[in-house]
Amino acid sequence: MQAREYSIETKDLTRVFRVKRREARGEKREITALDRADLAVERGELFGVLGPNGAGKTTLIKILATLLSPTSGTARVAGVDVVANPWEVRRHIGMVSGGESSGYGLLTVEENLWMFSQFYGMRGADVRKRIKELLEVVGLADGAKTKIYHLSTGMRQKMNFARGFLTDPEILFLDEPTIGLDVQTARTLRAYIRKWMDDHPDRTILLTTHYMYEADELCDRVAIIDQGKVLACDTPAALKRDLQEEAVFRLKVEGDLDPEKLLRGIAGVHRFTHAARDGHAQLDLILADENVLLPVLSGIQGTGGRLVSLEKRAPTLEDVFIRLVGHGLNEGGDAGGASEPAP
Amino acid sequence: MTARVRGKETWRSLRVAVWLGWQVESNWTDPFLFAVYSVVRPVAGALILVFMYLVVARGGLENPLFPYVFVGNAFYIYVGAVLMGISWVVIDDREHYGMLKYMYVAPLNILTYLLGRGVAQTAIATIATAITLLFGVGVLGIRIPPGQVDWGLLAVALVLGLSALAFMGLLLAGATLLTARHNFFIGQAVAGALYLLSGVVFPLDVLPPALQWVGKALPVTYWLEALRRALLGEGGNEALRAIPTGHLLPILAGSTLALAVVSILFFRWAEGVAHCRGLLDMQTMY
Ligand SMILES: Nc1ncnc2c1ncn2[C@@H]1O[C@H](COP(=O)(O)OP(=O)(O)OP(=O)(O)O)[C@@H](O)[C@H]1O
Ligand SMILES: [Mg+2]
Repeated sequence: MQAREYSIETKDLTRVFRVKRREARGEKREITALDRADLAVERGELFGVLGPNGAGKTTLIKILATLLSPTSGTARVAGVDVVANPWEVRRHIGMVSGGESSGYGLLTVEENLWMFSQFYGMRGADVRKRIKELLEVVGLADGAKTKIYHLSTGMRQKMNFARGFLTDPEILFLDEPTIGLDVQTARTLRAYIRKWMDDHPDRTILLTTHYMYEADELCDRVAIIDQGKVLACDTPAALKRDLQEEAVFRLKVEGDLDPEKLLRGIAGVHRFTHAARDGHAQLDLILADENVLLPVLSGIQGTGGRLVSLEKRAPTLEDVFIRLVGHGLNEGGDAGGASEPAP
Repeated sequence: MTARVRGKETWRSLRVAVWLGWQVESNWTDPFLFAVYSVVRPVAGALILVFMYLVVARGGLENPLFPYVFVGNAFYIYVGAVLMGISWVVIDDREHYGMLKYMYVAPLNILTYLLGRGVAQTAIATIATAITLLFGVGVLGIRIPPGQVDWGLLAVALVLGLSALAFMGLLLAGATLLTARHNFFIGQAVAGALYLLSGVVFPLDVLPPALQWVGKALPVTYWLEALRRALLGEGGNEALRAIPTGHLLPILAGSTLALAVVSILFFRWAEGVAHCRGLLDMQTMY
């Protein structure tokens, strides 16, 4: 047996999807979903993987959960190689994918969960108790006896969330567990994830998200990935600390101005994003230091713009992401992206 | 230790799969519809063919071919039920319920899981087959005197034959993992080929020699031959007459075993390919 230092460990993990020529319509026929990813998650960690649509989050989870084989590189889960011995890995893991409505429609919520507990050999009255407990957590207690084809997508997602925790797995993979849920429910589930980790200090969670707030609030450490590459990996505080030298500002400006043209020319503007918000332009700037603000402001004046508001912000993970990638988490990519829900 | 854990997982997978299969099959809100769909339909299907024999082919009830056709058709109900019962699980779980990936992530034995999911359909097919046979004896006057039936042969042949069908279902399930879209056609093609080549409605003897050899390689052929010998006293296939009944069961057992090995190897291979290509959670939305 290998020494089990890490719950999850990947080395040079790479996955290339080959798209059939027919489907690719002349575009490039290989997609590198995961590009030499190195990750090491310690036992007891709540580890976040933050990245925009198409970053490779789901691909990573599928490989770790033994559903997909890597093109090259290795991955060990619970000390076991996922390719060499998937059967052993499965005894240690659980998985929940958000944003889908899986489950046997003809069975009730309770039956769906009970059936699953049976695959893990859970026994006796404890199972019923645990199911009841979890259904209360996710707010489905009243629906326990409902056949799930009557449930909304969100309710099924809650049931799936409960299923993930039902067996108290040693290592749990949560793929965007709160995506598409209402704000209150998302908050409840996040609170439960944190509580479960506090109650079970020897368990490990790997959670993917494209909500920077979720990663920031919840995770002990966060890996930021984009286009299959791990760009940074540290505690949220440390990631943000790297930006402390720099100054982060949010400006609202009225008038006709071309932010690209204006800001490109100014030395010391490290990164910027802009968006149109109710009639004016909102600029988020990462500047080398506060002094760079002066040329920015005079530039705005020079083009006839008028400053509506100016705010110096504490850096967020979004800023870290922008600093690393050059665009925001929920923009740029091809999928358009959902906007961040309020925390 | 590991062997014990594996054994437990295998047993659990089977047990829960049987339960789930039964829930999925029987969870009809209307028991009447359930009965119509799962029993009356196959019985009617078998009888239509029998009446076609009587009316279209102008075969007589006294013709020795009639009991041959009748018994073949009655047991052929199992072929569709077992084959589709097992292979359809892949499509159901993967595409309709979105659960196949969670099954794979769980510590269960997918082989016994799939076989277990087919048990409910097999049980329902047993009822349909029994009703068809009773109809034949009671209404059409087929002579199956209980005193002359070789019950031992019937029971052993039934178990072996159903195992063979189950492994064919597994073979089909493996193919379905790779090509969901074509499951229905592959299933129909396999069932159709068996219908033609295993002597369901007409003896092997009418087939061209090359196809006779294919028929002789299929366990289903020996299964039906054994069932007819058990129920009717004779098999009706000239081509198999030379095989004494005492040899029939070992041949059936041997070919079932060979099929089991082939289908498990094929399924594992298909699983490996599906794993590489990311098909285990494919949603073709078709
Ligand atoms: N089966 C597949 N065949 C071809 N390409 C795929 C397949 N699965 C994923 N990809 C591609 O791999 C890349 C990474 O996809 P992945 O699903 O891992 O992203 P993600 O980070 O989970 O995104 P999202 O936030 O949208 O869920 C994408 O470019 C995607 O198009
Ligand atoms: Mg994803």
